[in-house]
Amino acid sequence: MSASDAESIRKQTRAYVVVFVTLMVMTILTVAVSYFHMPVGLAILVALVIASFKGSLVAAVFMHLSHERKLIYWVLLLTVIFFVALMAIPSLSQWDQRMLR
Amino acid sequence: MEIPYTVEARPDTGVFNAKLGVWLFLASEVMLFGALFSSYVLLRTGAPAGTWHHGREFLNVPLATLNTIILIASSVTMVMSWASLKLNDFKKYRIYMGLTLLAGVGFLIVKGFEYGHKFEVGLLPKTNTFLAIYFTLTGLHGLHVIGGMIVNGYFLGPGAKLFKTQPERFTNRVEVAGLYWHFVDLVWIFLFPTLYLL
Amino acid sequence: MALVDERVAHGHADAHHHELGFWQKYVFSQDHKVIGIQYGFTALCFLLFGFSLMMMMRWSIAYPNTPIPLVGKLLKASGGIIVPELYNQLGAMHGTIMVFLGIVPLAVGAFGNYIVPLQIGAPDMAFPKLNMASYWSYFIGGVIMLSSFFAPGGAAQSGWTSYPPLSDIAPTGQTMWLFGMLFLIISSVLGSMNFLVTIIQLRAPGLTWMRLPFFVWAQFVTSFLLLLAFPALQAAAVLQMMDRLAGTSFFLPSGLVVSGQQLQVAGGGSPLLWQHLFWFLAHPEVYVLILPAFGIVAEVIANNTRKPLWGYRSMVYAVTFLGFMSFIVWAHHMFMTGMGTVMSTFFQTTTMIISIPSVIVLTALIISLWGASIRFTVPMLFALAFLPMFAIGGLTGLPLGLAPSDIHLHDTYYVIGHFHYVVAPGTIFAMFAGIYYWFPKLTGRKMSELLGKIHFWPSFLFINGIFFPMLIQGLAGVQRRLYDGGASYSHAQPVLHWNAFMSVSAWLLGLAQIPFIFNLFWSIWKGAKVGANPWDATTLEWAAAPSPPIAHGNFVEIPTVHRGPYDYSLPGAATDFTPQHQLQEA
Repeated sequence: MSASDAESIRKQTRAYVVVFVTLMVMTILTVAVSYFHMPVGLAILVALVIASFKGSLVAAVFMHLSHERKLIYWVLLLTVIFFVALMAIPSLSQWDQRMLR
Repeated sequence: MEIPYTVEARPDTGVFNAKLGVWLFLASEVMLFGALFSSYVLLRTGAPAGTWHHGREFLNVPLATLNTIILIASSVTMVMSWASLKLNDFKKYRIYMGLTLLAGVGFLIVKGFEYGHKFEVGLLPKTNTFLAIYFTLTGLHGLHVIGGMIVNGYFLGPGAKLFKTQPERFTNRVEVAGLYWHFVDLVWIFLFPTLYLL
Repeated sequence: MALVDERVAHGHADAHHHELGFWQKYVFSQDHKVIGIQYGFTALCFLLFGFSLMMMMRWSIAYPNTPIPLVGKLLKASGGIIVPELYNQLGAMHGTIMVFLGIVPLAVGAFGNYIVPLQIGAPDMAFPKLNMASYWSYFIGGVIMLSSFFAPGGAAQSGWTSYPPLSDIAPTGQTMWLFGMLFLIISSVLGSMNFLVTIIQLRAPGLTWMRLPFFVWAQFVTSFLLLLAFPALQAAAVLQMMDRLAGTSFFLPSGLVVSGQQLQVAGGGSPLLWQHLFWFLAHPEVYVLILPAFGIVAEVIANNTRKPLWGYRSMVYAVTFLGFMSFIVWAHHMFMTGMGTVMSTFFQTTTMIISIPSVIVLTALIISLWGASIRFTVPMLFALAFLPMFAIGGLTGLPLGLAPSDIHLHDTYYVIGHFHYVVAPGTIFAMFAGIYYWFPKLTGRKMSELLGKIHFWPSFLFINGIFFPMLIQGLAGVQRRLYDGGASYSHAQPVLHWNAFMSVSAWLLGLAQIPFIFNLFWSIWKGAKVGANPWDATTLEWAAAPSPPIAHGNFVEIPTVHRGPYDYSLPGAATDFTPQHQLQEA
């Protein structure tokens, strides 16, 4: 293990700690925000934005996705597209059906 | 004949086999939890106005917040255990992996309290649709936590022998196990606000 | 008999070879070739069983409420008659077994496992232990499915589609169906992971993506479909199990009344939720059923026309596009659920678009025959028959994919005719082509050509005899899943006579498989011995590995690839085929 490899690992370790603290703060934040009264739509948006931010940190830093290969990015892109279709279409279909009445 | 690229990365793809394998597996897990999240959205948006029960009615937010912190902490210790292996520090690896397992146990104990209390007061999956999806989502997530702990336990225990003879291969295995563990944490990061706070 | 070559490859890293015991060599093997054979044999047994269930169904359809010969002795309670409850079990299990226990394990588990590593010049699959686990998970799922026939109330009987609310309240067999599916899905998801990593990572040096045999491309796309679509059904199965075992109401609407009594459940669920999740899997699933067939037919046609496939590149783009589109057409199975016009338009559009890549593939295969030097071997007969049969199957799908015509055709025999044309004289014929084609690679012997022809011609005739009249009956409005074949409906009377005709065709089709079964086993021991490449093929499994391939590692030495997969009849070459790993033209 070369000195530069060890150095890069130590840098990463610092990043892990920073991310950990950020995630803690975000967790407290999301719980705190949930106690404010706001319209449902807005509450959902805020919660999802915070969760997405937290999730991105976990993925990018802990899972090393920020330095991953294109191949992995392509697999994930494909997955995200189908995930969105699966999330959106059944509910959109229900909405469309209700518009009939 | 040996199977190529089990340890060293294939030049044109830049990954070793198990890393690609675990990301593909995680892709399928995204679709699995995605299907359940989609079910949650459909059931909630389809419920007649005023009939949907909200998490706050039944669920213990402070306890779940604690669990969120525990799981995120375990993600940190997991990646630190891998980093220790990269730095050839086997002792540190054992400590961090041990902490990860401990955190997992903690998570499950809190979960146990949560479930136990609900069953005591007669809040069951069949009570209403919200509780049904709550128990299903958190239950499936919990099963995934247990699965991850079994794998991590193996790498802390009998599996750790491999570090002596093939350190790089063992480090790769821990990295792959880590990716799975972070994913379990990721799912919880979305589950927590969705079920408990919204 | 040589199904596994005893010679061991002397690779440079062959430090830890040791003799494996019987159980590790033949039962709990990690060798993709052994696992492929295990999948193949198990799947063929399930196909035979599923076929037998159909033969029973066809008795009930042709001669309702009449005691069935032979099998009738087992149905003492009803005096040998197939009652509707039993018919429904036969129907649900026929579909389930054929699709999940028969075709996919054969097309992907057997053919994919055995051939893909060989065609890409790999010593095995990327994860041999996982491969073994996939097979045994499938096996366990199959055992659970079969055992369900002995559950109180019988096997699953709510269609292979298991629609709630009916499936939620069905007898125990349905719960066993769900458990069986859990194991089958795990098997497929792990298997598909293995295939993808193998194809991406273990291609031999020089084997670029556009030099891959089309069969490998087909398996590659298939694996993506399995990986990303099956989890939705896994989720749905979990939800239905919660409904059945934990009393939840994921799929039970409020106020449901069963047999005059209000169901004591929380309600608030959605039967449509099941349909969305089920079809999210089941539509890509039908492409899982056809893609390996495309792959096999392409290999057999290239080999037996002695020329490169026409439009290889287009075929590759087509199946990739097809795979992607297959995820966004699913609700064309749900046009009759009260869907709004926006969704209906969306799904009709995507469904029409998805027909294009199939046409591209079919056209390319047909044009490949032009100017060819065709060898009418038995694999080629089945491959050629596939083309018009798949065309009929595909064309009959179009009125189903358009909502206005689907109003008349949904849930009729037209649908059954459509999908059986694609799967039976379509995929299954391709499977036969593959078996006759690759049998010499597995065994070092050829199957009898004469018996093969005796198998082919009657099969081709009778299979059309079963499924073509279904299209007629469907257009007349005869519904599916009727134990008496429509006899109690006045609008069905003019076309009822087809029932006996179809049933007799089905039983004769069954008889026509006997030469195949005999041929298969007889040839393992007594078939004409052949060398490594009896078909004079260009792809690596034929040209670079012995027949059968070497037990550990397949190849004496991993080949380096220098050319595309179908360099047949190269101008100036001495022979009419130039193997992929050959540097110079001979």
